[in-house]
Parts: sequence; structure tokens; C-alpha cells
Amino acid sequence: MMSTEQQPIKFPGQVIDTPGGGILSGPIDDVINWARSNSLWPLTFATSCCAIEMMSTAAAKYDFSRFGFEVYRATPRQADVIIIAGTIVNKMAPVLKRLYDQMGEPKYVIAMGACATSGGPFFYNTYSVVKGADHVIPVDVYVAGCPPRPEALLHALIALQEKIKAGTKRERIDIDGNKLIDKRV
Amino acid sequence: MTNEELINELTTIQPNLVPEAGGEWPNLFVEATDWPKLAQALRFKDDLFFDYLFCLTCVDWKTHLSMVYHLSSTLHRHNIVIKSKLNREKPEIQTVCDIWRTAEFHEREVYELFGVNFLQHPDLRKLILPDDWVGYPLRKDYEDPINMIKL
Repeated sequence: MMSTEQQPIKFPGQVIDTPGGGILSGPIDDVINWARSNSLWPLTFATSCCAIEMMSTAAAKYDFSRFGFEVYRATPRQADVIIIAGTIVNKMAPVLKRLYDQMGEPKYVIAMGACATSGGPFFYNTYSVVKGADHVIPVDVYVAGCPPRPEALLHALIALQEKIKAGTKRERIDIDGNKLIDKRV
Repeated sequence: MTNEELINELTTIQPNLVPEAGGEWPNLFVEATDWPKLAQALRFKDDLFFDYLFCLTCVDWKTHLSMVYHLSSTLHRHNIVIKSKLNREKPEIQTVCDIWRTAEFHEREVYELFGVNFLQHPDLRKLILPDDWVGYPLRKDYEDPINMIKL
């Protein structure tokens, strides 16, 4: 019988059993991507009501530690992913850029909710709101909703994991504004 | 005090108050020039004792601006709303931050967003907007061709 459930992506390689243990073999890039995707620590960063859903996703009921998002880091130097949970105003934009620049490579960005995606309810007739966080930093995964439910954020986080595991080519902009192409396939 | 008692009491203190019908709490319009005297009475008269200013804001009606003060008494548990119409070209009203300290930064916010000049305010600077900001963003006729997409 065919299963309709999505199969999780397996370890990219082979386990060769030997007496007293085993040997793992596989392409090193794939193994690194697999490891990275299963340990993505988010930055403690939130600007408005999406933060409540984000905190809920981290708390006991939804518990995103189960998927490797483990624990919020209060410093960008220790964070792998930034979840932009909320409205970005013009005054906040340079702060967001600076936090992103301070994160170590590889780094990933999730735009959570309508505000971070496009300015959302503040798209028209507002003097202060950035119309989408991707005007400031590159975004990997967008989540719709105002705010998105925790299930939607979990889905986005898992989508990001699959993107990393698939070794998708990523385009980034470094501090000087030059485009960096990640050549990993 | 009930709403009727509050309105009666205040109109004896300030006869030219104009009550507005409707609403959960009594709404009274006061002339901007009479506001400092009324504010003193609201705060310090024992049977009124409005010791808590829980909202201070402004509304742009296009023809005029309207200051709105929401007051509450933590002792008597009664509430009141005082409004005051201001001239849109030269909006001026006396500060109340000497009576309710919290008004100090609320008035700064109204100053930067609506351009109301609070007379004798000790520190009338912009609160959140950058210091070099031009214009009053919450006025209905505000235009910002760079940041604003008009519907």
C-alpha cells in the first residue's frame, strides 16, 4: 500500500557495520548540510505580535526543539537562523541589517507573517514601515498569515531544513553589497 | 460619582463646558484657555480626585484638531473624557505634565505626530521620530512620496 505521508529525508550516505561499531560514508557536503539542517538555532528577535506565535512554537505544546531548533540564542554570533517575527519599521531596518551581518555563516532567514513578507496591513498609507524585510536582508522562506499559526511556522522551519538538505544554491549579499553565490550543489 | 453628578459638578466649576451625548463615560468639551483651571480642579478637588491620566491623544478632523484626555480616579472609581478643539493652523494648549507626570512624554508624542504646541512643557522634543523629521505624520493631509504608497 502506498503511503501518502511524506518520507523524511534520510541520512545522506551509508552505514557500514564493522565489528565493534560502524563506519559512515557519504559526500562530505551532503553530510554537512544534513548536520546543519538538524541544528538550527534561532536568534531571539521579534518586533511585534508574530512573536507571540513564535514563542508558542518554541513552548511545550509545539516544541520546535523536536526538529532541531533547540534553543533561542540571545546573540547573533551564536545563531544560525533569524525569524523575522513582526513589522520592520524604517528605524528598525538598520538594526536588522546589523544583526544579520553579525550572524556567522551559514545563516538563514525566515520572514514570518504578512508584515515581514510585504508590509502586510501597513502596505498602504504608512510613512514608517518597510514593505517587506527582503528590502533589507535576503529571505529564504516566507510564511503567510497575520499572524501565522505555530503549525505554519513549523512548516516553514521544516521547509528551510529541506532546502538546506537539498543543498539549494543560495545567493547572498555580503557586507560590501557584493553578491556571493554559494556553489554547493 | 455617577456620570450625571460628574457633569453637574464640573459645569458648576466651569459653566461653558459642552457635554457630548453617548458613550460609556461623560464627554465634555472645554475651551483650550479654560483647560489649566479645569485640570487643576479635576486632579485636586477631593470629590473628583482624578489621579490617573490613562490616555492622552489627539484626533485630526481635517477642519480642526481635537485633544482627548481620558481620566480615571483610583479612589472613587469614576472616569471622564475631556476634549478640546484646537485651531489646525496654530494648535496650542497648556501642558498638563505638572499635574499628571505621565503627560510629559504623551505630549511629546502628540507634538511630533500632530504638531500640537504644548505651552510651558519642560522638554518638548520629538519622541520617536528622528530629530530632523519634517511634517506631522498622523495629520490627514500628510504626504510622504518616498515612504508612502497611497491607496
